[in-house]
Amino acid sequence: MAQADLQVNIPVASPSHPHPDKWKWYDYFTFNVDHKVIGIQYLVTSFLFYLVGGGMAVLMRTELATPDSDFLSPELYNAFMTNHGTIMIFLWIVPAAIGGFGNYLIPLMIGARDMAFPKLNALAFWLNPPAGALLLASFYFGGAQAGWTSYPPLSEITANAAQTLWILAIVLVGTSSILGSVNFLVTMWKMRVPSMRWDQLPLFCWAMVATSILALFATPVLAAGLILLLFDINFGTSFFKPAAGGNVVVYQHLFWFYSHPAVYLMILPIFGIMSEVIPVHARKPIFGYKAIAYSSMTICLVGLFVWVHHMFTSGTPPWMRIFFTISTLIVAVPTGIKIFSWVATLWGGKIRFTTAMLFAVGLLSMFVFGGLSGVTLGTAPFDIHVHDTYYVVGHFHYVLFGGSVFGIYAAVYHWFPKITGRMLNERLGQVHFVLTFIGTILTFTPMHQLGMQGMPRRVAMYDPQFAHLNQLVTVGAYILAVSVIPFYLNVIWSWIKGPEAGPNPWNALTLEWTTDSPPIIENWEILPVVTHGPYEYGLDNDPTLEATPSP
Amino acid sequence: MQGTLDSTPTAPTAIAHEEHEDLRVLGLLTFLASEFLMFCGFFAVFLVFRNSIAEWPPEDTEVELLLPAVNTVILVSSSWVINLGTKAIKHNDLAGMRKWFGITAAMGAVFLVGQIYEYMSLGYGLQTNLFSNCFYLMTGFHGAHVFIGLLLILGVLWRSRRAGHYSDVAHTGPEMAEIYWHFVDVVWIILFTLIYLLTLI
Repeated sequence: MAQADLQVNIPVASPSHPHPDKWKWYDYFTFNVDHKVIGIQYLVTSFLFYLVGGGMAVLMRTELATPDSDFLSPELYNAFMTNHGTIMIFLWIVPAAIGGFGNYLIPLMIGARDMAFPKLNALAFWLNPPAGALLLASFYFGGAQAGWTSYPPLSEITANAAQTLWILAIVLVGTSSILGSVNFLVTMWKMRVPSMRWDQLPLFCWAMVATSILALFATPVLAAGLILLLFDINFGTSFFKPAAGGNVVVYQHLFWFYSHPAVYLMILPIFGIMSEVIPVHARKPIFGYKAIAYSSMTICLVGLFVWVHHMFTSGTPPWMRIFFTISTLIVAVPTGIKIFSWVATLWGGKIRFTTAMLFAVGLLSMFVFGGLSGVTLGTAPFDIHVHDTYYVVGHFHYVLFGGSVFGIYAAVYHWFPKITGRMLNERLGQVHFVLTFIGTILTFTPMHQLGMQGMPRRVAMYDPQFAHLNQLVTVGAYILAVSVIPFYLNVIWSWIKGPEAGPNPWNALTLEWTTDSPPIIENWEILPVVTHGPYEYGLDNDPTLEATPSP
Repeated sequence: MQGTLDSTPTAPTAIAHEEHEDLRVLGLLTFLASEFLMFCGFFAVFLVFRNSIAEWPPEDTEVELLLPAVNTVILVSSSWVINLGTKAIKHNDLAGMRKWFGITAAMGAVFLVGQIYEYMSLGYGLQTNLFSNCFYLMTGFHGAHVFIGLLLILGVLWRSRRAGHYSDVAHTGPEMAEIYWHFVDVVWIILFTLIYLLTLI
């Protein structure tokens, strides 16, 4: 009889989903539909492009170490400036934070075996490598010159072939982003394990809901603008050609309708990562779960109505300046709610200063600084004063590097044991953190002063009076360049030889830690059952309490 | 706690892939919401130009109404026809579905031919002026979407040759083709209003 029962219960893969027990290394180079494979594909690809974009930054900073143009030709500088921004946004932060961690973690966090549309998911990833190839190929034609914003008329009169390749690359990654968002939304809406209520959804998933909605509604508008630009350059239309009645400001509206929400695309997943990392390593329930969840949605909503603050100097009428100043400042409220919630979570916690926690706390300090300079830029009178100066460069690097990149680092240190089954070296991690922290401050803080003094951005040459601060910035950039060496070494070495992590090295409560590290194909033998919230650390019923020795 | 115990401990089955409900329709709707925003970008550009340029449309770029109006009637009624097709398959009437989908495809093709005929009979091209830029770009993009919808319908017809592929319990494919066709229809109604009706007023 037992024999008969076993016959019935023997697990067999259904014929429509044949898969091996474990993926081989070459499976990671194929059109694989496993969300974990796709997540790793996104992460590895984006970390490679991080080096490419970072290399461009180092070359630009070397050029800017002296006031004259003596290292790179101005055209090459422009091409690096354009592609550094483009690669860092579209091929590094977005694919790493959204594509990489989103794909890897969401099904694991909600107790699903995969995404809702696995093939679509693979397609979304495989749009990225061709986009990167197009950008690199554009250097053969001189490289796009007009900056990542590609404002006409500049983008229509310089390097037409390279600009066209740039447009095609962005349309590809934009399509990838839309397809990914469709997948995320449907997956989180419909495929949570049945016992998981909305108020038990991990905050990273809440952040990804907000991110996906933004990507879904904002990206197509950018596509529309880029298609018009493409037609202007290649097919003789004149949408953005003032001589023929066209209007360049229309492009700016279409561009920023996407590209302001794009900054929330790059920071909302990071906010989600913060809300996961901090409670685990502070051993305390997250403070204000609902406030954090709803503030993500508020940022998503308000974030769609602030884009004109990038255009205060574009002949914007006064009523628009007032409206968009106010709406911009309103964004500080939900963001502040999150910051206070994280600080309150840390308060009185049993903080473990793991490298993940170091980066999370580092992010907190960086982001407050970058957020405050954002508030100053959001007010029209001040913005007009520093528009197109290094103040702006300093501000957005503080939020993008000090925010997004720190967050991605924190996420890698936190989830690397889950993804690879091995622990990262904490000592190398600390070296990495210290170098990154010092390098960030040294690189991006002097830029604010340079901007206040009037140094324009996006130029290869500058007035000699700015030389000293620029040399400081260049030293900082070199430190940042060095800082990635211990990180990459750590990742490669630990992936091969690191100590075994086990299923739950941090004693964390979210669902991804209930399965093996790395998780088996289809994630669990038997799906988990949710009986409590994701962050109930240190409470009487905390199941991890026994495993955590009190200090 | 978050145990790994199954809710029904008597059935430790299911290591194999569990099928989840069919979410494709939901996915398509989400995607079309996004796609619609792209057209909204074009609509917005058109309206900005319409309201900021003194002579709109400029001289020599008049639009005619008769052919596009006939085309509109054809496309809008085809949306109704395709609905008959999915209704048929929901009642397990495969022949009915094939008939109505075939008629829809024919109507879509007539629409596209009419569109091309209109392009050829107009006295201006894509590059003539800002109005013609908008006109050809917007109708062209819509036409491309009609073409994709047509391919979807033909794909459904192709697959329906296999016995049992579509039935009263398996009709997601035809349903998705129908939804896409309605989307194309709605975009056209807005385009027709903007480009033809508003211009002629």
